[in-house]
Amino acid sequence: MPEPSESRGDPDVDLRVPADRRELTARPATILATIAAGGVLGALARAGLQHVAPHSPTSFPWATFGINLSGCLLIGVLMAVLTHRGGGHPLARPFLGVGVLGGFTTFSAYTVDIQQALVAGAPGTALAYLAATLLGALVAVGLGDAGTAALLRRRAAR
Amino acid sequence: MTVLLIALGAAVGAPLRYLTDRAVQSRHDSAFPWGTLTVNVVGSLLLGVLVGWPTGPAVTALLGTGFCGALTTYSTFSYETLRLTQGGHRLLALANVVGSVAAGLAAAAAGYALTRALLG
Repeated sequence: MPEPSESRGDPDVDLRVPADRRELTARPATILATIAAGGVLGALARAGLQHVAPHSPTSFPWATFGINLSGCLLIGVLMAVLTHRGGGHPLARPFLGVGVLGGFTTFSAYTVDIQQALVAGAPGTALAYLAATLLGALVAVGLGDAGTAALLRRRAAR
Repeated sequence: MTVLLIALGAAVGAPLRYLTDRAVQSRHDSAFPWGTLTVNVVGSLLLGVLVGWPTGPAVTALLGTGFCGALTTYSTFSYETLRLTQGGHRLLALANVVGSVAAGLAAAAAGYALTRALLG
């Protein structure tokens, strides 16, 4: 049996994966509506956290920092689980990966907040935020992926 | 009202990221994640324009928090970088990290500067 997620590089959509290539032509409305619904939930969760912990242009954007790090940890966990299950439910990746986590995390707020910190005369904050998010996100996704894969292997070996 | 506008923007932004990624991949058969780079740079440019343009909270909610936030992604960017590293493409992984951050920052700064210049 082929492993549809074995060679996946892109969690949003990877046209090298046969199931991904087919999904949009097979049922375009279902796929796009599923992604939209997940995206709305993710974006509202992000907006809620940013509302609770607002930041000024010169201060460290803690809310967005936490959002991006936790979203990267969770995409690592999610993709490890889906890979383990040979791709999982056909709508799991579109809803949770593309929609919820893609809508929750943000690259535009990351770059614009760095740029605004520079404009506001806080290069130290800008650089710290740039580096901390980048390194933190890469460590988080690696931990999420490796930790989940190890747990699943241990459970399967029992 | 704000919640509705954010939801509307995200309902368009997230599927548009998926469709853009598909369109870019169907034209470029490459290990480098051009599709995600595209949405992240375009979203950074648009959010830079919005921040430089005092439009009010409704437009910010719809296009900034909702649309740009859902169009762009950090989770996909980080996972693709991880997979490039795991696949032995260390240079591509490094190029993705440096390229995405540099191009995203340049786009945000360009959008902001352009709007400021146009508004005087």
